[in-house]
Amino acid sequence: MSWTKKHLLDIESLTADEIITVLDTAKAFKAVGERAIKKVPALRGKTVVNLFIEPSTRTRISFELAAQRLTADIVNFSADVSSFKKGETLKDTAKNLEALNADFIVIRHSASGAPHFLSRVVNASIINAGDGAHEHPTQALLDAFTIREHKGKITGLNVTILGDILYSRVARSNIWALTKLGAKVTLCGPSTLVPKTFEQMGCRVTHNVDEAIRDADIIHLLRIQHERQRKTMFPSIGEYTNLFGLNKARLAKTKPDALIMHPGPINRGVEIDSEIADCARSLILEQVTNGLAVRMAVLFLLNGGEGPGEVIG
Amino acid sequence: MPESTVILDANAIARALTRIAHEIAERNENSAEVVLVGIPEGGVPLAQRLGKILSEIWKISVPIGSLDVSMHRDDLDQRAAPKIHPTEIPFDVNGKTVVLVDDVLFSGRTIRAALDALNDFGRPKKIQLAVLVDRGHRELPIKADFVGKNVPTAPDEKIIVRENEVTLERK
Repeated sequence: MSWTKKHLLDIESLTADEIITVLDTAKAFKAVGERAIKKVPALRGKTVVNLFIEPSTRTRISFELAAQRLTADIVNFSADVSSFKKGETLKDTAKNLEALNADFIVIRHSASGAPHFLSRVVNASIINAGDGAHEHPTQALLDAFTIREHKGKITGLNVTILGDILYSRVARSNIWALTKLGAKVTLCGPSTLVPKTFEQMGCRVTHNVDEAIRDADIIHLLRIQHERQRKTMFPSIGEYTNLFGLNKARLAKTKPDALIMHPGPINRGVEIDSEIADCARSLILEQVTNGLAVRMAVLFLLNGGEGPGEVIG
Repeated sequence: MPESTVILDANAIARALTRIAHEIAERNENSAEVVLVGIPEGGVPLAQRLGKILSEIWKISVPIGSLDVSMHRDDLDQRAAPKIHPTEIPFDVNGKTVVLVDDVLFSGRTIRAALDALNDFGRPKKIQLAVLVDRGHRELPIKADFVGKNVPTAPDEKIIVRENEVTLERK
């Protein structure tokens, strides 16, 4: 047990032990979610602010429910209805939230490093819910949790991440988490979206999808993020589907116990065949369930103070 | 070097648990209503040992569970987040007499948290408390129903409970 951090800004700065601590804690919170009464008083009296400067539904709702299940109060703050439109800076917005005694600020922002900046200017605990193409730590933690739950371990597994790696914060956070936990990570997708430079993060890079998924224990699909691409990185969606989409023929050539993951929202018929998304090997909805448990665990751990962790009766 | 005194040896622990089990049996006439719930970590093995003795006394199997209280503590923002142990209550607590089992009773805050945590699983008919050692220094109005040994202590001393030995450590 080793958690002393006040913020969750990225996976890069976490140790393998810290990641395991989150996963172990999340296991306990998943059990809470399976009880008749799904709420515990761990964060009673605390205030969580969802500061989403970029649109999100599932992550925001997941954090919202996580805070509520911990008995915290939660306020949602979204860019389109806020003072951002009137020209207030991020720092001033955060200072205002702090003046309302926010204990936690969950931030999503299109600029990489925005959560790190906030952690230097306010006293609240900052949780990164996605910053630009940089990181999305809770997604990687829930993915690692889901993999460990199904495979019993992460060390030594072959995990293939397939799709738009270049613009993906999910990919970066997953690469950090999986490599720290000892998985062998393969990246695959169009060469424009999966540059060889990712090998520096300790991954294998290939542009041949059949070869990439052949020995995979986990096939992690990513959405093509139209909104992040300044120009077209591949000729057409149809061509992407033909060359990289996961279909029945491709799946037939993988290990029979290979499992399929996707952070959502899925584009049926683009990166994944509709039937495959709903098949028994798909963990997509379990990822959503586990996301709630992982976010409860993160809030619980960050809420800890500085005293010794030892329990005295 | 901290000074260490043995308070209970293996025989004394076994005798204390046997006595507690008989007291539980004497207090609760309807054996079918009694379930044991250990508080991790120390209370869980003790609940199992008590359950074994009680099952022999009553000639029926006594249900045993474990209840982690970390999420219900009142000092969570004053200390590093605690490790959470599994909670397993594989029976309905409604209408039952739940005997909470812990190793050491000190401030009483763990038991307060346990009462709250148990409440999330239902409404027991009664809740009783069994502890191996009561070391005093209560901060809440909580009292054990069954005590293995009362041990006067100073607040900064530590009680260490192992399977075959309970010791008092002085700095």
